[in-house]
This record gives sequence, C-alpha cells and structure tokens, in this order.
Amino acid sequence: MKNLLHSPALYIAIVVTAIAALLPLWLDAYLLGILTVAYYFGVFSMAWDLLFGFAGEVNFGPTFLIGLGAYTAAILDNQFGPPIFVCVLAGAVVAVLGGLLLAVPALRLSGPYFGLVTLVAVLLLQNAIVIFAHWTGGEIGMTVPDVLSIDANENYWYALVFLVVSAVLLFGLSRSAVGLILQASGQDRIEAQALGFNVTKHKIAAFCVSALFSGVAGAMLIFYMGTASVDTVIDISIGVQVIIAAVLGGRRTILGAALGSIFLILATEFLRPLGQLNTFVVSAVALAVILFFPDGLLGYVLRAGERE
Amino acid sequence: MNAPVRLRVEHLNKRYGGLVAVKDISLELRAGEIVGLIGPNGSGKSTVMKLVMGIEPSSGGTIALDGDDITRWPSHRVARAGVGIVFQHSRPLHRQTVLENIKLALLPDSLLRLFAGRDVDTRARAIADRVGLSAVLNRRPPTLPFADLRRMEMAKAIARDPKVVLVDEPFAGLTLSEVATFSDLIRGFRDEGRAVLLVDHNVKSVAALVDRVFAMYLGERIAEGTAEEVMRDPTVRRVYLGGEIVASQKRSAAGTAKPPLLEVKDVSVLYGKAQALDNVSIHVGEGEFVSIVGLNGAGKTTLFNAMSGLVPYSGTITFGGQDLSRLTAGGIARAGLVQCPEGRELFGDMSVEENLDLGGQHLTAARRHEQLDWLLEMFPILRERRTQAARTLSGGEQQMLAIARALMMDPKLLILDEPTLGLAPVILEQLGRALERLRETSPITVVLGEQNVTFALPHADRVYVLEHARIAWEGDPQRFASEMGTGYL
Repeated sequence: MKNLLHSPALYIAIVVTAIAALLPLWLDAYLLGILTVAYYFGVFSMAWDLLFGFAGEVNFGPTFLIGLGAYTAAILDNQFGPPIFVCVLAGAVVAVLGGLLLAVPALRLSGPYFGLVTLVAVLLLQNAIVIFAHWTGGEIGMTVPDVLSIDANENYWYALVFLVVSAVLLFGLSRSAVGLILQASGQDRIEAQALGFNVTKHKIAAFCVSALFSGVAGAMLIFYMGTASVDTVIDISIGVQVIIAAVLGGRRTILGAALGSIFLILATEFLRPLGQLNTFVVSAVALAVILFFPDGLLGYVLRAGERE
Repeated sequence: MNAPVRLRVEHLNKRYGGLVAVKDISLELRAGEIVGLIGPNGSGKSTVMKLVMGIEPSSGGTIALDGDDITRWPSHRVARAGVGIVFQHSRPLHRQTVLENIKLALLPDSLLRLFAGRDVDTRARAIADRVGLSAVLNRRPPTLPFADLRRMEMAKAIARDPKVVLVDEPFAGLTLSEVATFSDLIRGFRDEGRAVLLVDHNVKSVAALVDRVFAMYLGERIAEGTAEEVMRDPTVRRVYLGGEIVASQKRSAAGTAKPPLLEVKDVSVLYGKAQALDNVSIHVGEGEFVSIVGLNGAGKTTLFNAMSGLVPYSGTITFGGQDLSRLTAGGIARAGLVQCPEGRELFGDMSVEENLDLGGQHLTAARRHEQLDWLLEMFPILRERRTQAARTLSGGEQQMLAIARALMMDPKLLILDEPTLGLAPVILEQLGRALERLRETSPITVVLGEQNVTFALPHADRVYVLEHARIAWEGDPQRFASEMGTGYL
C-alpha cells in the first residue's frame, strides 16, 4: 500500500482524472462525444492489458468479448425492452460465459496457438451475426431503442465514471496478491507452478475479469451510440485498435492502456483534415512509439523512475 | 539412517517418442539427508527432477511423497504437498522488489485473498535475513549480482517450507566464497530435517556436501554410494574419463613449432552476472590438433562461441593474423573458422544431402563435388543415407553428418564441440576413426572440446584443461595422465 502512494502512476492518474472532470466546462458536445467513445475504448484496452501484461496471454480477439456483451445487450433491448441495466448485466454475463467457453480449452494450448484461437473466435462471431441477421441486423447492424441519455454532458459523465471505476478496480487487482501471482504465471509458468500456484485457474480468472469489463463496456457503448454493428464493436480492425492502444500506452501498467486509447482516438480526430492520410499518420506514430519505446508511453515514464 | 523416507521413486521411466530419457530409476530420499544426483549432459538427471516436480508426466513408475502417490499430480499440487525446487535459471519478477518476489512464494493459491496479511511481510523479511538478502530488500532483480539472484531463489524455496528440496546445479556460476555460503544454506536444509536432492554434472562439485550420490548415464543408474565410492566406481570413471587413458605416441611435440593460426588472448565472457570465461589465453598452430577438456559447465562452449563471434567478449582473438572482433559471425565462418556445435543443430526435415549442400553453399559447383566426394569417402555411412531425412538418423550418424556439414564449408580451422555427447561407446570408436582419417587426409587444424578425456587425448597434439572458466593446465597428452589424471573428476 505504501508503494502505491509513492507510485508516479497514481499521481498521473489523479491529475488526468481531474482534468477530464473539468473538460465539460470548455468542450462542445461534438468533442465530448469523441471523448465518450474514447473512454469506453479505454476500458477495452485496460481489460486487454490485464490479460496480456499480467497473465502474459495475447488475446487477438478482444472484440469477441466486447461484441458478445454489446450484441447481447442490443438484442435483449430490441426484442424485450427491459431496463438498460438489465441489458448491460446480461451482456456482462454472456461475455464472461463466452470468455470461459473460449478460454478453458484455449489456455491448454501454449505459445501462439492461444492467440490464433481468439482470432478465429472473432471471425466466428462475425459470421454468426451475419447468418442470424433476423435477430442481429446482419451486416447493416441494428438500432437500439433505448439510450443512456440524449444529453452529451450526461453521456460524458457516464463514460468517465465508468472509466474511473474500472481503472481503480483493474489497477487495484493488478497490484494485489492475485496480480502478483498472475505476473509470475505470465513470466515463468513452470516456476509459478513449482511455487504451488494453479496457473490455469489464475489465468482463467484473469480472462473472466477481462471479459466482464469488456462486456460491460461493449454494452454501455451501444447504449451510448444507439446502434450496434459489426463495424463498430466486432471487426478485427477494432480489436487491433484496442491492442495498439494498450501497447502504445504501456504494457503492464493498466492505466497506460486507457491513456493510449484516448490518445489514439483524439489523434485520429485531430488529424481528420488530412483526409486519407489520417489513418496512415496515426499508424505510423503508433509504430514509431512501439519501435522506440517498447514499454509504451506511460511505461517509459514509470521505468525511468524504476531505473534510478 | 533411520529417518523416515520422504520421497520414494520406483521404476521411473520417461520416453520422448523413441528416445528413452529415463530408464527404470528407483531412489529414496530420507528426511535430513542430502543426496547428489549426478550425470553428464543428456544423462536424464534433469528429467528425473522434472518428473518428481510434475513438470512433465512420466511414462511409467511411481513417485511417492510421505507414502502418498503423487505420480500423476499437477506441478502446483506437488508443490503444495511439500516439494520445493530451486531452479538454476529462473525469471524473477523484474518490476517487483526482492521483498515482493519473496512474498510471492508466501501467498496462498487463492483468488479471493486479494491482499497478503501482515505476517507475510514479517516472514519474508526473516527469510531474506537468513539467506543474506536483508541489504537489498528494496532493489529490483535486474540490478542484483548473480549470487544474490541465486539467494533469492533459495529464499523462495525456503518460503514454501518444503519437506523435499530439489536444487538444480547449486553452485554453477558462483565464486569459491559464495559456494561456501550456499553450502551452509543447503546444510541448513538438512539440519531442519528436510530431504535435499542436489542435481549436478559431476561428483566433485557436490562431494563435500552430500551424504550419498546417485549417478546416471544415458537414462540409467550406473552407481550409488558415498561420494568417494562413486568417484572410484569404474563405470563412473569410464563415463567421465572414458576408461583407461592412452595418449597417442606418434605425434610428439609437433604442435609448438608450427606457425600460429589462432591466438586467444585474455578473453573473458560474462553471462549476465555469471563469469563464464575468466582471462583465458590459448594458441593453436597451423595443422595442429588441440583438445580442450573440461567438465560440463567449465566454459568450453562459451570459449568456442567467443571464437565464432556468437557471444560478446573482452580480450582479443586473432585468426590468421586478423582481429576477429571486426568480423560478424558469418564473416568468421567464411574466413575459415567453422564450428560444429554441441547438439549438432542439423536441419531435421532435410535430407543428408541437402544438409551437406547447405554447408557447401559458397563453394563453386566443381569444388563442392570434390569436397562431397572426399567427405562421403571419410563417412561411408552418409553415402548410404544420402536421401534420408536427417532426424531419422541415429545419434552417431547425426554427429558424423554435423561434422561433415561443417567440413563442407572448407574450413581452415574446425571446432568440434563435444561430439561424443550422448553417444554409446561403440559409436565413439567409429567417430574416433573418422577423426583419425581427417587428420591423415587433410591439413585442417582442429580444436576439440570434450569432457570425455579418453576420446580427446589420442588425437591431440596438445591439451588444455578448462576448469571453472579458467585454463588450469596445458601440456602434451602423455603428461596428462600423470599430472592431471587423478584430479580431473
């Protein structure tokens, strides 16, 4: 606990949160909207970092978990119209169950095979949505009758509070005893087992936690946007964006993942005048950061402190 | 010896495909005793350790801890039941402090206990104190010297409070004074009534510490008894030394007069924090056959890798008057210094002929044919096996192929690193004859690294003994038996 109070990450996080809380005073509805989306992506990336940075498993299909949460909530709302929190809860449950279904067999595999299985899972989900178009809206997507709010300010607050709560929980978990065991499992599986830790159990638990946050964030995102479509929550390119954001921000930092997401989405927005070049420039910057600062932006700052 | 048996291994077997790594091994470990499990590389001793720990499943036999059958248990359950292991190479948590690394070992295997209790902190500090880490509690592992990293591994093992402790190569990479400290720690395990199994390459390093030694070779038990008994055992001597030492008489004092081809001067190599080579200087004359003998872990492979430009080193290595530090590993090989590595490194799915062709890539077609013919003459068995995939060859054939492939590169100097590794005695004879033919039919200079002295001596013009990263002796093979023969094991 004492270490936590000395951690520069904590102070960076408090300052960033304070600034974020004051932003609605200055920004217009359009920019707040962009940030709202960025915050949900921040949760996606943090959930992914728990799995990659701590448990050491590369999940190439974060959108499998996100998509399960989002589409479960959307279909439920569309068909039966229960209160929003029920839909979000259902989305979370299905994401965790789907995650378990995927992780239990996949974690028996080692090396790149786990990653490949998660990648295939995304393609399967994508195809399932197209095939069951009657329920899901297929390639066009579906509208969601209910939304969180029609007020940009209110939506911004929902997203920010959700981001901060998720960050506190995930960061806390990563610094807990379980987080320590997870890191040991990710770094040297054999030694962690020799120290008496059931590595598979811990990794599955990490996968479930990652699925839980991904699912809830996915569900809340569609209730913000009012639509659910393959292109916004499931497509491989969305998953790649989540991964790049986490690596960009700093592996094994959790908070860095959130910063990376916000940075990535804001950069795309501000470079929009470049037209076609926009994505190219953002990707090039991301590539440069990964090549020259493999620890990521926040990771670089923190490691500099550790080296002393 | 009336202490209760802690660990009982009976008729343990392990097969990897067709390879038998462990064959019918039975051993007992009693409370409060230290047993050394020794054997050269590839003898199966590490496999036994992994089987006991449940890291790999056994193919037969039983392992019992305090009478409970733990044979099929997963690793973490074996650990919880009271078996601890000190790994030689581990990857500690680099971003956590030493204290946190020790605390890790004290945590329960539970998803619900999110925060460790206060007692964990107190116990971790006490353990750190016992192994001598108190001064560096808040440092991170990457900043620690090698011995402290080993201390941390010890601390983690102690934290688990095991009934049985397995220690993999307890003293590798440590200085003499550190060896004394670690010996005391291991004796401490014994005094607390724990059963300790030390896994190491040779008797010498653990002799002072162990109550009993169990020696293995090619997966089988070859001797058991006190350290002295095992060192005197004829089978053990044959495995390590290769039996009676006979030096060849025909080439006396030929080497020293020849012009120098390779000169290694004051070369040191550090692996992380472990000193792998300490100020080693050797010279090799043109056309000379030099053997470098030393036990596993003495630094032979490191020396060869430094020559081949595969590891960074301090000091200078010149080859034919050229400073090798300016060349890349590929450039060194093209300049004529070719290594046939330990473990062969063949392309298993390619045929014998394809493997040889790859070695001769930079030669002209005519030259390649000539070289190939010469080699197939020298290793007739390879002619018969031309179209066979390399991995289907026997161990001895693979070794010959590896040597032949290195020779296809048309070297001026050939380095052979432990060619006898894991080969049966009959095969050694064939291999020895091939080396003899190589000496007679070509002007190639050869540097042979071996732990099997009998294999290394007959061919050699000159011998170096490498011990604990240093050159301990140099001279002709005839003098080896009288001067070094007894002290070597």
